[in-house]
Amino acid sequence: MKKALAVGRKEFRQIVRDRRSLSILLLAPVIFLLLYGYALNFDIKHVTLAVEDRDQTAESRAIIAAFVNSGYFDLVAAVRSDEALVRLMDRNQIRAALIIPEKVGRAVDTGRNASVQVIINGDNANTASAVLGYATTIVLSVSATLQMEQRGVRMQPPVSLEPRIWYNPELRSALFLVPGLIAFIGMITAAVSTALSVVREKERGTWEQVRMAPISTVAYIVGKTIPYLALSIVSAMAIVLAAMALFGLPMRGSWLELLLAISLFLAGALGTGLFISTVAESQLVAFQIVLIVAFLPTFLLSGFIFPIRSMPVPIQLVTYIVPAKYFLVALRGIVLKGVGISVFWPALGALVIYAVGVLGLASVRLARARG
Amino acid sequence: MDAIVVKDLTRRFGQFVAVDHVSFTVGQGEIFGFLGSNGAGKSTTIRMLCGLLKPTAGTATVGGIDVGRDPEGVKQRIGYMSQRFSLYELLTVEQNIRFYAGLYGLSATRFGERKRFVLEMAGLVGREKTLARDLPGGWRQRLALGCAILHEPPILFLDEPTGGVDPLSRRHFWRLIDRLSEAGVTILVTTHYLDEAEYCHRLALIHAGRLAALGTTRELKEVFANRPIIELQTPDAVGVMRALDAAPEVEKTSLFGTSVHAVLRSRSVDPSALVSSLRGRGLTIDAVTAVAPSLDDVFLDAVEKAGRQ
Repeated sequence: MKKALAVGRKEFRQIVRDRRSLSILLLAPVIFLLLYGYALNFDIKHVTLAVEDRDQTAESRAIIAAFVNSGYFDLVAAVRSDEALVRLMDRNQIRAALIIPEKVGRAVDTGRNASVQVIINGDNANTASAVLGYATTIVLSVSATLQMEQRGVRMQPPVSLEPRIWYNPELRSALFLVPGLIAFIGMITAAVSTALSVVREKERGTWEQVRMAPISTVAYIVGKTIPYLALSIVSAMAIVLAAMALFGLPMRGSWLELLLAISLFLAGALGTGLFISTVAESQLVAFQIVLIVAFLPTFLLSGFIFPIRSMPVPIQLVTYIVPAKYFLVALRGIVLKGVGISVFWPALGALVIYAVGVLGLASVRLARARG
Repeated sequence: MDAIVVKDLTRRFGQFVAVDHVSFTVGQGEIFGFLGSNGAGKSTTIRMLCGLLKPTAGTATVGGIDVGRDPEGVKQRIGYMSQRFSLYELLTVEQNIRFYAGLYGLSATRFGERKRFVLEMAGLVGREKTLARDLPGGWRQRLALGCAILHEPPILFLDEPTGGVDPLSRRHFWRLIDRLSEAGVTILVTTHYLDEAEYCHRLALIHAGRLAALGTTRELKEVFANRPIIELQTPDAVGVMRALDAAPEVEKTSLFGTSVHAVLRSRSVDPSALVSSLRGRGLTIDAVTAVAPSLDDVFLDAVEKAGRQ
């Protein structure tokens, strides 16, 4: 144990003096948070819209007004021909167009069915489907109102929808993304810095020197990882605080449980880095492996950005070994919902299993490498 | 009692036999040199003796402990220093010493004592706060040695300890090794600088995993006792070598700088008669001298013999 402490103290001194690893641990997370926090924005507001109103009746104006008043669309142009619409769309000046054909007003008045057309730029599927949703809702509500008016009754539609969105009422994507960012940043910094620190010792030859000394593999690993664990926990908590200040992240649950979840997750991330260091012989290779086994799965398969339920089943199965997936469940539970450990304990259990498994695997490989 | 006893030590990597039935003993306080080209099996042998690698066959005891059975026990009793002077670049001199002391579990009082000893030995008093990466080669080497003997191991392994160090520092280093040996520390050192082999009490030559020769420098040179070596100065080294190789009384020739060395088959061969027969064939010989065998000669001879077997 004393020896582990000696290793830990040495490691800590090295980190503090090595600007590169210190900046990976402390500075990179903040930059990541700012970069991704502001850049990854899926909020859809101010969709630029052009209108081609061939009808020019009270009804057609009511439809246009409904679009403009919804708050989602900015009317930027009123055109008289399809060609003009195509030109605007091509030049990216509009993302959506509304075409109201002749005789819509007449059709409504006489109780016949009429159609309006919405054209949406589909180059971003996410945005397009959201815009389609808005447009559908607006047209449905307008047509219900028009129907009432046509029958001469001034009343509300018989059934109306009153949606309430919980935990993130304004549907700000920041609130949805920040927990994912914490997982992502934590995984990267912890795994990268641990893997590099061991591989650097291999490159320098100090690794062999230490193997010649009477110190157990476990004591060495404990000593080597504890400074990184401590620093990355501090760094992860700092991200949470920064996200509260910058992005209005609510912190509804218990700080203690947050600390527990973060510690478990980071232990697994450190173990991943340690395991990688047993495979890689140079810092470059170590970095590339981290990219493949830690960076991409955490980004793509954790539910950080892409919902796991909409993935094909084989890929859904793969997500079960991505620790960030469980961490996100716990983190969103604590931060956004404010639920207690009784709700997300299975996720914590999965994190414990991952951490124990990967640390065990790394120890076995390191012990075997000792001969 | 001998400090290191190696018997038929063998290590295979798959089909490749890196170390093949090597046997030798090293007495307490002896400086034992381990010579051989890269890939000859030096490092594999050292790694087995240090408990890092399990022998495939044979036994080795280091400080009375069987390396195959108790590798951790061996690690307590040995010091190890490699050619890479494994220091932590970003730690100061003192922090490096402190780390290795911690690794070997030195108590606080013993640490203070040993730190002073190492700083004095390495000539680093007053430079405790210097980062290891800012030290010149010779000092790094001596600090690495100091870190390897902090725990006062009775047996010390040095793997190519003088690589990349200036000649003055090398001489200084060997004086330190000599002092350790006088204090009773057993030292096994690998090197491929043959001039350094002269510092060793006994030498082992290893070639292709096998022990090719073993003994003191004088003993090793004995192989030339009945085979005198002559050195010929000539402007036409190639022609002279060809003529000598054809002569029945010459065993072999080799090029040494601009001169030719020839090993004669026996003491009864008359060098002057040989020279006059060469001159008779129109070859120019400026001078001829009898030379004492060098370790280079011994080494080449042993390697050739091993190759013939």
